[in-house]
Amino acid sequence: MATVTADKAKVDELKAYIAEHKGIKGPLMPIIQKAQEIFGCLPIDVQDVIAEEMGIPMTDIYGVATFYSQFALEPKGEHVIGLCMGTACYVKNSQPILERLRKELGISEGATTPDGKYSLDATRCLGCCGLAPVMMIDDRVYGRLKPDDIPGILAEYK
Amino acid sequence: MVSVTIDGIKVEVADNTSVLEAAHQAGIKIPTLCYLKGVNAIGSCRMCLVEIENARGLQAACVMPVSDGMIISTNSKRVRDTRRMNLELILSNHERDCLVCKRNYNCELQALAERFGVDDIRYEGEMTHNPIDITSPSIRREPNKCVLCRRCVAACNDIQDIGAIGATERGFKTIIEPVFKKSLADVPCINCGRCVQSCPCGALTVINDTDKVWEAINDPDKHVVVQTAPAVRAALGEAFCMPIGTRVTGKMVTALKRLGFDKVFDTNFAADLTIMEEGTELIERLKENHHLPMITSCSPGWVKYMEHYYEDFFENMSSCKSPQQMMGAIIKSYYAEKNNIDPKKIFVVSVMPCSAKKFELQRPELVGDVDVSITTVELAEMIKQAGINFPELPDDTFDEVLGDSTGAGAIFGNTGGVMEAALRTVYELVTGKKLDNVEFNEVRGLAGVKESQVDLNGTIVKVAVAHGTKNIKKLLNAIRAGEADYHFIEVMACPGGCINGGGQPPINNEQIMTYGDHRILRAKAIYEEDEANTIRKSHENPSIQLLYKEFLGHPGGHKSHDLLHTTYKKRGKYHY
Repeated sequence: MATVTADKAKVDELKAYIAEHKGIKGPLMPIIQKAQEIFGCLPIDVQDVIAEEMGIPMTDIYGVATFYSQFALEPKGEHVIGLCMGTACYVKNSQPILERLRKELGISEGATTPDGKYSLDATRCLGCCGLAPVMMIDDRVYGRLKPDDIPGILAEYK
Repeated sequence: MVSVTIDGIKVEVADNTSVLEAAHQAGIKIPTLCYLKGVNAIGSCRMCLVEIENARGLQAACVMPVSDGMIISTNSKRVRDTRRMNLELILSNHERDCLVCKRNYNCELQALAERFGVDDIRYEGEMTHNPIDITSPSIRREPNKCVLCRRCVAACNDIQDIGAIGATERGFKTIIEPVFKKSLADVPCINCGRCVQSCPCGALTVINDTDKVWEAINDPDKHVVVQTAPAVRAALGEAFCMPIGTRVTGKMVTALKRLGFDKVFDTNFAADLTIMEEGTELIERLKENHHLPMITSCSPGWVKYMEHYYEDFFENMSSCKSPQQMMGAIIKSYYAEKNNIDPKKIFVVSVMPCSAKKFELQRPELVGDVDVSITTVELAEMIKQAGINFPELPDDTFDEVLGDSTGAGAIFGNTGGVMEAALRTVYELVTGKKLDNVEFNEVRGLAGVKESQVDLNGTIVKVAVAHGTKNIKKLLNAIRAGEADYHFIEVMACPGGCINGGGQPPINNEQIMTYGDHRILRAKAIYEEDEANTIRKSHENPSIQLLYKEFLGHPGGHKSHDLLHTTYKKRGKYHY
């Protein structure tokens, strides 16, 4: 199986970071964040490096990596779409928008399109409830959405 | 000491005692679920909620320390209603197929439902649907029965320091599982079954093989032979409500004969045989001063642990098969030859206190010696299925030759027992002198790592004993770092040794709080077994002497190597 840790320079970068940080209080979160920054995701081979370098079981890392939605086990698409399903957006009808995104992209939330172009996430509150319902694509925010806005927005990223 | 009032009863307890313990001392049994004394205290299940005067909200008694003058109510309407509602919420996402569950009638969740008077399922809603994991030969995982108490996680991570399972995902999706949706068979789990022993319900059980045993017994073409490990007799009675630590050797033999086994042999015999082979191996290694320290190889959990985590100790392992495997090999060779039975028709069943033995017998280099291994719990199940009134049974004795054993074989079930048995024999073989006292108290007891030394004709042999993989890790890391130096090490994967194996009847929190550490009680039964035996050294077992004379030649000889010794495999941890 192809592994992202085949890139030795990246592995060395991660190992150096771990060596520097494993003595601090609560080292796991920053180390996992760094790993995701370097590799883009946290597949088993990356978690194996962290486990071995920190001398902890992989379950400790995997538990944190699956707890927080900011972490991804598999590579994300070129563009990451995060649709807010927080309370405000939900009552402002984000559900039909999620369904439209699923239909347009042909994937469910948590997945990536086969061409690697888009990943779709249903997120918790994005913190701009005034614009509900809200979606982010990469770093850009789209507010007051209606389902019919979706095809046009996606076209911007073609 | 502090003074507290619990349900109107005044008690004096030590500082920092938990409310749960204080109530216990006052004779009040506060219900628990996620709490397991000595394993897990996280206050998450809310079954032990109590009302404390002037405290905000209800408090979890298992993690709440007492303070002087505290006034506690454990049985108010508010407490009872809240506990019950919390239980009902837990039950709302619990697969309630109690009738066909292995823990039916022996389930802490079921007992709570009964105690709280739950007579209706008030909360019906979405339930989790996760696949059952039965790919491990030892452990069955049914996540839909899991109540997320995390006792198994504490046992695997904190007690054993392994971490094969953990809590993943969050909220409703939270599940206790290995990483990346892998099966227990595909992660560095050693099959020790500490998780099974900690599980309050049927989410983690030992794979059940009793059908295979019944099938063999009912097959007229098969000669079905059973062997029982030393620790089984110290715990089997518990499955029939007998006190923890009741020695039931004679009743167990009677029950096995009534179940229809053609011969009832004793793994203790093979334990004596192990001492002959392992003792000889140790004497050789000491003479040549190589591959030291030598480490015992009886515990299949430890062997797999070494193969995953301590591959650099490969050369230090004794090459001896475990007693289970030695017994199978001798039954299918010596016993078959002597009684003119076709070995292909012999079906060997082992009764073990151990979940890892099921894995061991499938190892390619060992396959064939033993056909099926069942646990103490499975044997109890078969005895119940046969309608045998176990506590009332008369005593019987093991069948001849392969049922003959010494006190040294008996103590294999306890941590330190293999070491003590080996020292009894090695001392006499090397020095030619008789041991005045056969009891080596330094290697007995529950200290995590025990040390001793023996003078063998002027050579000081340093020995160590470790039990539970957390202690093993400590010991091996010290050796790796050059901080410790021994000649011979006994290692058992389970804390306390085989008497506390993954196949023994699980001990619930109430039992621990009422009777104390079950390992001490079971260990006592094992030492009594030793004291009751007129022969207490393996090399003095006349049937062992006969086996070498008639069949094997001498310990460590050619035939022994073919039948009684094995090899190991480097396994790594995760494969991707």
